[in-house]
Amino acid sequence: MLQWRENTEMEKMSDRNNREGIKGWLNPGRFGWERVAYWLQRLTGVGLLAYFVGHIYETSSLTQGPDAWTAMLELTQTPMGHLILLLVIGMSTYHSANGIRLIFTHGGKGLGKPGRPDYPYDAASLNYRQKSGIWIALILAAAAMLYGASVLFRGN
Amino acid sequence: MTEQIIEKIEKIEKKHEKKETLRDSIVLKVYRANRLAGEPGRYDSVEVPVQRWTTVLDALLHAKAYKDPSIAIRYSCRMASCGSCGMKINGIPRLACYTKVSEMEGSTITIEPLANFPHLRDLVTDFSQFFLHHRNMQPYVQNEHADIKDREKLSEFVQKPEDLDRFLQFSYCIKCGLCYSACPTVATDTKFPGPQALSQAYRYFIDNRDSAGKGRTNIVDDKHGIWRCHFAGSCSSVCPKGVDPALGIQLLRGHLLGFSKNEKKIADLQERLNKN
Repeated sequence: MLQWRENTEMEKMSDRNNREGIKGWLNPGRFGWERVAYWLQRLTGVGLLAYFVGHIYETSSLTQGPDAWTAMLELTQTPMGHLILLLVIGMSTYHSANGIRLIFTHGGKGLGKPGRPDYPYDAASLNYRQKSGIWIALILAAAAMLYGASVLFRGN
Repeated sequence: MTEQIIEKIEKIEKKHEKKETLRDSIVLKVYRANRLAGEPGRYDSVEVPVQRWTTVLDALLHAKAYKDPSIAIRYSCRMASCGSCGMKINGIPRLACYTKVSEMEGSTITIEPLANFPHLRDLVTDFSQFFLHHRNMQPYVQNEHADIKDREKLSEFVQKPEDLDRFLQFSYCIKCGLCYSACPTVATDTKFPGPQALSQAYRYFIDNRDSAGKGRTNIVDDKHGIWRCHFAGSCSSVCPKGVDPALGIQLLRGHLLGFSKNEKKIADLQERLNKN
């Protein structure tokens, strides 16, 4: 049992007074690319969860017969349906590519070693490998979306 | 070797070079509220004269001395050593004594209390929660082999420079709370220890004089503990002392996940083998 739970003083102070909450996630640019990547990872995660729920709803229409399923499929063949699918392609590509980077960093890999910091301080963990990883994830997502758009909108 | 180091420092200096704008005066937009008295918050604008070397703390102290003596500020050393004057300057947590007015964009500087800390009055926040998280990490060397009761047996701990390098960076923490204020997880989870406390847990975990590593990993291995860090890196980007808390947290997690080898454990096993 952690000590802080037993401490009444802590309980008194933990009234979320002055906590930024979800609002603190806004304007990620002020803290650099790593914060932007974090924000996008969260946003795409929520987006993919919403898609997953929608996808379950979509495929469950099969239980109502072939007509219901065909009607549901027609919805995805509209320009709006294509746009949503494009977003899903971008979100899933970014989430996976950035997620692979995060698996390594969470295990302490690719971050550099602790040393003796000299002024002006340059954080070893926010190095070019991390920034390259973020850019690769963004470029892959853009490329996947472009390819997806070329396939989806070719018929239109 | 020396030339390489100088070249590296020059490269970093160039990267961190800030654009300076020289002005005669600046407007400070200061957040004012007495939370304890239940006052609602407001912003007061105060114009103060500035020089090229004026820091935000200098400007605030000028405003307090000549314009409005009721502005509440906490400060002490004025040289980024005590960590008392942390505040949100133009939306980013910084030390007021370490931030030059000439490096700020625009002629108005917005100054607010540190986010994620209980607010007391104006720019002053309550650090008791933050210090409690720090204390929970048992931030002191614990060595079961050292006999601290028998003075005759007391001796120094021998440590190699490379052993020191593993934790020295994290021991430069001045507990200013900027990382705690910038962390998006702290913003939503009150029980998350925050970057400062977690990096201190790593500082003692990796110290080869300490033998309480298991106890410390048990403290951070909690649903509100180290697993809530998602490596947004904001703590390291705002740290004024180059502590790089994000690095400490990820390295500690690497040990918990078994990605990194525990050299203390290896040395311990080696010692046992040698004895046998």
